Amino acid sequence: MTAAMRRVAWGAARLAPIVALLAAWEIFARSGAVTPFMLPALSAVAERIYDDALDGELFINIGVTLYRALAGFAIAAVGGVVLGAAMARNAVARWFFDPIISVGFPMPKIAFLPVVILWLGLYDVPKITMVVLDAIFPVVTATIAGIAGVEKELLWSARNMGAKDRELLWQVLLPAALPQILTGLQVALPIALIVVVVTEMQMGGYGLGGAMMQASRFANSRGVFAGIVEIAVIGYALVAVMAALRRRLLGWHQEAQEGAGV
Amino acid sequence: MMTYPLFKLLIRHAPLLILAMAWEAASRLHLVSPLALPPLTDVARAWFELVQSGELLSNGLSSLYRAGAGLALAIMAGGALGIFMASSRPVNAMLGPLVELFYPMPKSALIPVTVLWLGFGDGSKILLIFLGCMLPVTIGAYNGARGSDRHLIWSARSMGARRLRMVWDVVVPSALPELLNGVRTALALSFILLVSSELIVARQGFGYLIGYLGANGSYEAMFAVVLTVAFTGFLADRVYQAVVARVLRWRE
Repeated sequence: MTAAMRRVAWGAARLAPIVALLAAWEIFARSGAVTPFMLPALSAVAERIYDDALDGELFINIGVTLYRALAGFAIAAVGGVVLGAAMARNAVARWFFDPIISVGFPMPKIAFLPVVILWLGLYDVPKITMVVLDAIFPVVTATIAGIAGVEKELLWSARNMGAKDRELLWQVLLPAALPQILTGLQVALPIALIVVVVTEMQMGGYGLGGAMMQASRFANSRGVFAGIVEIAVIGYALVAVMAALRRRLLGWHQEAQEGAGV
Repeated sequence: MMTYPLFKLLIRHAPLLILAMAWEAASRLHLVSPLALPPLTDVARAWFELVQSGELLSNGLSSLYRAGAGLALAIMAGGALGIFMASSRPVNAMLGPLVELFYPMPKSALIPVTVLWLGFGDGSKILLIFLGCMLPVTIGAYNGARGSDRHLIWSARSMGARRLRMVWDVVVPSALPELLNGVRTALALSFILLVSSELIVARQGFGYLIGYLGANGSYEAMFAVVLTVAFTGFLADRVYQAVVARVLRWRE
C-alpha cells in the first residue's frame, strides 16, 4: 500500500464509528421507541439546520457567538500572557496577584454571572467579560510556568551577548515559553466556548445559546438538537484550528520535529 | 519565633485582604453604588441570615448532591471506559473517534436537552454533570493506562495473572496519576455545569438561590451566595488535591 492509500484507509476506519453512530441515531429515532419530542430524527434536525441556513438565521447566530467567544478569548490570551510575564519577572506583581490567581483559578467564576449582568447589562460586554474572567486563569498559570521553566543557560548567554530586558522577554523568554503558553490557550479555548453558550442561554437574544433556549421554551426539540449539533461542530472546528496553529507556530521546536502531536 | 510562619502567611495573603478592604471602602464611600456593590460587611450579615434561615444549607445540600452523584457516575463510567479503551485495540478503534468527536464539544450545550428529557429536578442536573464530566476522566484514564509499563504487564502475565485481575492490580494503579488529574478537571467542570444549569433552569440549589435573590433585588444576599459557591469550588479543589497527594504517596 502506498502512503496515500494508507492514509485514506486510516481516515475511513476512523470515520466508520461516527457514521455508525449517526445511522443509529436516525434508526433509533424512527423506530418509535422514543417520541420525536424526546429525540427527533437526524434527518429532521438536518432539515431544520438547512432551513436556518437558508433564511440566514444560522449565520447570524454563529457569527455573534463566535465574535463573543473569540473576542473574550483574545483579550484573555493577551491579558493572560502580559499578567503571567509580569508575575514571572516582577516580585511585587507576583506578590499581589499570586494569591488572587491561586484562589480564583479553581473557583466556578460562572457564579458571578448575575453580578456581571447587574453591572454591565445584557448585551455583548457582560458576555465577553464572563469569557475573559474564565479563560484568563489557565493562560496566566501556563505563562508563569513556561517562563519559570526556561533554561538558565539560555538567559545567561543572552545576557552575555548584551540583550536588554525587553529583548530578553521578546526574543528569549516568550519564544522559549511558547509551548506551555499554547497549552494554556488550548485549555482556555473550550472554557471560552462553554461560558459563551451559558451566558447566551441565560440572557437570550441572538447567538447559538440564545437560539437553543428560545427553541427549548417553545418545546421545539428539533431546534434544541439543531443547536447541539451546531455548537458541537463549532467547538470541534475551533479546537482543530488551535491544534493546527500550534503545529505551525512550533515548527521550529523539537516537539514538532519529534512528531509528538497534541 | 512561633509567630513567624503566621506572619508569612499574612504577607502572602495580604493582597486578598487589600481587595476586601477596597471593596468595603468603595461601597461605604459611595465610589460605586452600594446597590451594585453592597459593602462586604453587609454581605457577611446577609450570609449569616441565610445560614440561620436554613436556606443556604438546604439549597447547598441539593447542589452538592447533584454534583456528587453526577461526578461519581462520571468517574466510574469514564475511568472504566478509558482503561477498557487502552487495554483493547478493537474497542479503541471503535470508541476513540467518538471520544475525540465529543471531547471538544462545549458541554453547556446539553443543558436544554437534559431538561427536555428529565425535567427541572435533580435528574437533569445529574445527567448533565455525568455527560459533561465523563470524557476528561476517560482521557486521563486512557493516557495513564496506555503509558503503564509493558514490563510490569508482561511479568504479571508470566506469573499467571488473569486479565481482569491484572487490569485491576497493575494497569489501574499505574494509570492512577493521570486518571486523578482527569478527575480534577472533571471536578472543576462539575461546578461550572452545576451552577450554569441551576442559574438557567432550576427550583432549588445554589444557582437557583442566586437567581432568585437577584430577581428580588436582595443583592447583599445574592453576593453572599455567589461568594459561598465560589469558595466551595475553591475548597473542593484544595481538599481534592490534598487527598490525591495522600493517595499517590506510595509512588515516592
